[in-house]
Amino acid sequence: MNDVTVCRSALYIPGNNPGMIQHCPYFGADSVILDLEDAVAISEKDAARKLVSSFLEALDFGKSVVVVRINGADTPYFEKDLLAVVPQAPEAIRLPKCESPKDILFADELITKIETAHAIPEGTVKIHAMIESALGVERAFDIASCSSRVEALTLGGQDLLADYGIQKTQAGHELFYPRARVVSAAKANGLLAFDTVWTDTTDLDGLKKESKLACELGFTGKAAIHPSQIDVIHEAFKPDPKEVHKAKRIMASAERALSEGKGAFAVDGRMVDAPVIKRAQHLLELAKFYPEFNLGDQGGVKDHV
Amino acid sequence: MSNVTNAIGRKVPTQLKGWNKVCTPYKGPFEIVKECPYHDRVIPPMRGYTPGRKKIAANLKEAIERSGLSDGMTISFHHHLRNGDAVLPMVLDVIASMGIKDLTLAPSSLTDAHQCVVDYIRSGVISRITTSGLRGKLGETISSGELASPVIIRSHGGRARAIEEGSIQIDVAFIAAPSADGEGNVTGAMGPEACGSLGYAMVDAKYAKHVIAITDNLVPFPLAPKISIPQNLVDQVVVVDSIGDSTKIATGAARITKNPVDLRIAKNAFDLICASGLLENGFSFQVGVGGASLAVASFLRSYMREKKIKGSFGLGGIGGYMVELLEEGLFSALFDVQSFDASVTASILNNPLHMEIDQSQYANPFTDCIVNQLDVVALAALDVDVDFNVNVITGNNGVIRGASGGHCDTAAGAKLAVVLAPSFRGGVPTIKDSVQTIVTPGETVDAIVTERGICINPRREDLLERALKAGLPVKDIEKLKSEVEKLTGKPRPPKLDEDRVVAVVEYRDGTTIDSIYARKQN
Repeated sequence: MNDVTVCRSALYIPGNNPGMIQHCPYFGADSVILDLEDAVAISEKDAARKLVSSFLEALDFGKSVVVVRINGADTPYFEKDLLAVVPQAPEAIRLPKCESPKDILFADELITKIETAHAIPEGTVKIHAMIESALGVERAFDIASCSSRVEALTLGGQDLLADYGIQKTQAGHELFYPRARVVSAAKANGLLAFDTVWTDTTDLDGLKKESKLACELGFTGKAAIHPSQIDVIHEAFKPDPKEVHKAKRIMASAERALSEGKGAFAVDGRMVDAPVIKRAQHLLELAKFYPEFNLGDQGGVKDHV
Repeated sequence: MSNVTNAIGRKVPTQLKGWNKVCTPYKGPFEIVKECPYHDRVIPPMRGYTPGRKKIAANLKEAIERSGLSDGMTISFHHHLRNGDAVLPMVLDVIASMGIKDLTLAPSSLTDAHQCVVDYIRSGVISRITTSGLRGKLGETISSGELASPVIIRSHGGRARAIEEGSIQIDVAFIAAPSADGEGNVTGAMGPEACGSLGYAMVDAKYAKHVIAITDNLVPFPLAPKISIPQNLVDQVVVVDSIGDSTKIATGAARITKNPVDLRIAKNAFDLICASGLLENGFSFQVGVGGASLAVASFLRSYMREKKIKGSFGLGGIGGYMVELLEEGLFSALFDVQSFDASVTASILNNPLHMEIDQSQYANPFTDCIVNQLDVVALAALDVDVDFNVNVITGNNGVIRGASGGHCDTAAGAKLAVVLAPSFRGGVPTIKDSVQTIVTPGETVDAIVTERGICINPRREDLLERALKAGLPVKDIEKLKSEVEKLTGKPRPPKLDEDRVVAVVEYRDGTTIDSIYARKQN
């Protein structure tokens, strides 16, 4: 993912809003999702597709990872969207309503053809598979594992609740099972996992709680629908300072053990093995995004001097 | 008319047609104050009255007749009622009907409520104008060159200085008075059209030869519990049906913006303020009420609460938000020269920590003004240039459409002057090679903050170091300009007639910092 192993926030930007697109790299999101699907009315699908394609070609998105959500394969826009977007080689296509490996492979095949036609190395444009139906939830592992192009699973909470025929609650327990299942399927395949959006842009406390829950369940990031949500999400994904401190000690001990040719070592009286080191590495990568940990890269733009 | 090039590289006239004034070119933000800190102050006349005299005139015409106003004199108004002011149009209408002509109009500023001035320019009632700002049809009229004498644009501090030194000699000051008693005690803190502070009018009342208070809320003597301008400075009182509409003081900017670009700008500005090291106990602050500015205050509020920081004072145009911060105990006091919304009036009336100050105390560079004690000011801009000069007067089409206000005063006084602006508006980039009109010199601007990054004035190496250390999105201003121009293209400058100066911008110390030229019609 463009050397970014941490992607806490994914901000939806309507694909028909040039005013928002031109500023989106500066809202502070780790990733932006240029949306051609739900945010765009049917009458504007063609214009939005052209606009997004042009912006992908012309705009410097800086450090933001760029993803495009296209329309589903069951719509007349699916192929047109891919033909317009893939040649500009965004990081990924967010593919809605994935219910089986067939959906992934269908898109994969078309993306491969377009990549080949435009001399783009095969596999450059990844797929972020949206799980937004009960069937999709049940087949999450198969969806995650069917193609190396799949980079992330993302939960689409709104459509999923509609499919279940239930209402969203403040506590969010109705999504516990699909969340856990999607995270597990993603982790089992070494993929990123994005939680669904929090739709009430005025309730930042609710967003904070839900983001924390997503983080604790193992999601690597969460989608946002307004720039004001980004800082809240980032705060929720901030690692515990004690854990960061411990991770630093683990990595220092690991380096020392390696130089001394030791296979195993202990930190705070507990044996450290490969999974512990891997987790410590991930934690320190994440901590780099927070200035208070003084680990260098805070994810900001620093091109001065 | 001969011209010279001033210290900031702008061609400025040495004399102004229609004005009895020698123009000194701008030398630098503090050169004049350093060279000549002692400045003569004019002595306003005392006017003795025998006991029992009735101060209340039957009507405006009678009051004007009694004042002795005649051709060629100078009249003043305040703009505390902003877009809701009815007094200036009302007075000019009576003056015109009396056949008085060739006046100098010296209000604290002119707003959208004052577009009638165009008619009085055309009919010869008004021949000269000095003001903080001009807008709308009036700005277009001046920019087209209809007024023979150039307008003198003065900052708030500069106006107070000009009045106190005698550069503006007010013959009759007309003061819209939200409340007054029959002896001429006046306040803006009470009444159906209360506007809060009367900070601009307070200077006029002290120095004008004759002062007429115009009120729609005459109360029995004594006006209590607050008097802003005392009776010994007021010659007459006129009662009218309405002085205007105080609901039009705030122009819808009192709420925190939800615009994501403005919020990004505000967050960047707030982060810079934090990084500057100034945000600690005793912190002092001034902010506007529009767009991103108020959002900066909201970020500050959360931070000050969390860190338990108590600020010293808030200054300037005071809006309801700053009052909330005072009431919450986040600042020890507010100094209010101008209230930005009518909701502030209850605070200025009832809270002794919310203090009304006059324009001179606020920003006159030849007094120990309060802007000199400011830690941080967050300012807006129409456009800026790569030398950090700021324009708040002329639009991209070259037409006058803004106000100098306290911009250059606060930038000069504050330890950290941060200018907030989107990197482009309506497809036109904000950062230019050179602004059309310099109001605030780049020497006094520490940083320009946009949504795309923070540009720090190279004069502030210390600030740059702190910002980089804090991981802020610092950008070289030339690079940011190029980045934005890749999106927008580079606009062609407006066509101007450089042989025709329609206005000059006076720096706060009285020197001329820039000229505004007539717009070419084709």
